[in-house]
Amino acid sequence: MPRTLRYREAIREAMIEEMERDANVFLMGEEVGHYQGAYKVSEGMLEKFGAKRVVDTPIAESGFAGIGVGAAMVGLRPIIEFMTWNFSAVAFDQILNNAAKVRQMSGGQFTCPIVFRGPNASARQVGSQHSHAMEHFYATIPGVKVIAPAFPADAKGLMKAAIRDDNPVLVMESETLYSFKGEVPDDQDVIPFGKATIPRAGTDVTIVAYSRMTHVALDAAAALAKEGIEAEVIDLRSLRPLDEDTIIRSVQKTHRCVVVHEGWPYGGVGAEIADRVQRLAFDSLDAPILRVTSLDVPMPYNATLEQMCIPQAPRVVAAVKRVVARTSSFTPSGN
Amino acid sequence: MPQPTTPSHDSQSEAKPAAASPTPTPGTSTAPSQLGPETRPSGELDHLAFLYRQMLLIRRIEEECARAYAEGKIGGFLHLYIGQEAVGVGAVAALKPEDYVITTYRDHGIALAKGMPARAIMAELFGKATGCSKGLGGSMHMFDREHNMLGGYGIVGGHIPLAAGVAFASKYRGDGKVTLCFFGEGAVSIGGFHEGLSLAALWKLPIVFICENNEYSMGTPLSRSMSVEDVTTKALGYGIDRDRFFASDVLEVEQRIAEAVQRAREQSLPTLVEIRTYRFRGHSMSDPAKYRTQAELEEQKKKDPMHRARARLSAGGYAETRLKALEEDVETEVADAVKFANESPEPDASLLEETTYSGPFAY
Ligand SMILES: Cc1ncc(C[n+]2csc(CCOP(=O)(O)OP(=O)(O)O)c2C)c(N)n1
Repeated sequence: MPRTLRYREAIREAMIEEMERDANVFLMGEEVGHYQGAYKVSEGMLEKFGAKRVVDTPIAESGFAGIGVGAAMVGLRPIIEFMTWNFSAVAFDQILNNAAKVRQMSGGQFTCPIVFRGPNASARQVGSQHSHAMEHFYATIPGVKVIAPAFPADAKGLMKAAIRDDNPVLVMESETLYSFKGEVPDDQDVIPFGKATIPRAGTDVTIVAYSRMTHVALDAAAALAKEGIEAEVIDLRSLRPLDEDTIIRSVQKTHRCVVVHEGWPYGGVGAEIADRVQRLAFDSLDAPILRVTSLDVPMPYNATLEQMCIPQAPRVVAAVKRVVARTSSFTPSGN
Repeated sequence: MPQPTTPSHDSQSEAKPAAASPTPTPGTSTAPSQLGPETRPSGELDHLAFLYRQMLLIRRIEEECARAYAEGKIGGFLHLYIGQEAVGVGAVAALKPEDYVITTYRDHGIALAKGMPARAIMAELFGKATGCSKGLGGSMHMFDREHNMLGGYGIVGGHIPLAAGVAFASKYRGDGKVTLCFFGEGAVSIGGFHEGLSLAALWKLPIVFICENNEYSMGTPLSRSMSVEDVTTKALGYGIDRDRFFASDVLEVEQRIAEAVQRAREQSLPTLVEIRTYRFRGHSMSDPAKYRTQAELEEQKKKDPMHRARARLSAGGYAETRLKALEEDVETEVADAVKFANESPEPDASLLEETTYSGPFAY
């Protein structure tokens, strides 16, 4: 029987189930215990597991990220919560140089089974320092895996997989998704990494998205359908590994591709996808690949300007129309 | 168990230095290890011989490293431990084999002290498949799971929180192990040192932080990098025990680190120890060490703790023939390690994928 859960509840359930399953799993971060989680993701977990396994930390991201890495190297399975991924910037060295590297530099002797998780990308009017889409910085690093679920069921299944994975896994959640409700099967099992889903099938264009932008892409697809353009929406779920096959198969069918994500246009996940599509589906393309990203400026505080900077459905619609108009053979159905 | 949610502040108020942190004068300690050799049981003389052998092995291996580096057989950065051997050898001698050691890029000596085979270390330096990290780590990254050598790390201070994490795991599991974390005095200025100490103190982790103060951080003397001369004053702010002394006598190093190890093992309390030492070589192979005078270096070499240990053995009645045999044995081991490294195969490129991720990358 599927139940309706909020995104935050799905993540909490995944953590609780995995902590019940394996005594080596523990949660550590700022305000995860007594405060019940800055975004209430870990609500009730301190009462359930005690202070040994739900560990409140001082404000020392580099310190507790490093503690997690060291503990993971000798057999524990830490879940390290960043209050938001923005603050992981001060722990970047621990992730880049220790978590991601220890396996190779030890010749495979030590592994680092750790989860780093927390909300990522824009929230609401939190300004330039608190709105970063950090996945672009991390997805480039071999040695880590990066996932970014959009729906509660995926969040639960992927989080369980992340905790069981023997590698560092970075889970990009979203403050703007925490209250999003969705159906989660009672027995939601582990969801493997590197498999995208197609929440909406279509024939005219492929829109690739992840995390909250999947919902924006779906809104855009609904609007486009009213104009007779059938967009196929791919929800990546996982950024590293990346489900290249699903993207390529879709583009071979639709001949057009638009990528939507938060974060700046210079480099990043969208550029990576554009590179793969042009290499692997060059002959299928009828139009350049377009990216709809955050604007190339620090995130402004002003509500109107902020919304202007974050990708919105109308911008996705406009991008789709540009690629669709490229071919003379295209006649919108219904015309 | 870590009790971060109910921080007890008693440790802060009761904190008192383990040692009064005087400015130590070499050779004036009245520690048991300083007892005249004639009063020392012969077992202790054998123990000193063992430590002397380890120090000599480190020195001779590293002299060969320098030669191999000049021949182009070792690449990249190479940071030698020559002059500092008594620190690593003495400190690691205070451990049980199952205890953990973590250090910086200046790691060959400590790796040898932890029991890693000279062959695996030399082969790693030569970038060979038989190296401890299969030739993928190199000089700065000596790891050995079997000996609980948790690596050398290249980012100054970055391994200090990680070491605290290893100690956190020991406390979490109650496995009774102690972690020794080595770093240079240059690391005392970076955040990782402070966050690592702060959390280890807050959660009372079984760890000993050992600052190897070799007077220079590359070319910067301590006086130009820190506002205080005594590194262990940093322990006061975190309310943990501290100790400070010269590494002139390897047995004294062992005995004083043993006190900190005991505090970690029995009371689960961290200690910050500053061991004053001196490196005889440049910071790395490319450093001509122009920031110090030849006279200063010669003065320091006169106090070489390794030679001191040999002299103590002689004075204690350890036969010269036995010393010679021990030294020849070291030469054989060094030559064997170099030969082994030379003759070992290069690692296969197929290693790269399997050492980047454990298990399948995607499913
Ligand atoms: C974060 C960081 N900054 C700079 C460096 C470059 N660097 C390598 S060793 C070193 C000096 C460190 O001196 P110290 O900590 O005293 O250790 P020692 O080399 O004397 O053993 C510097 C600046 C580095 N590796 N990491």
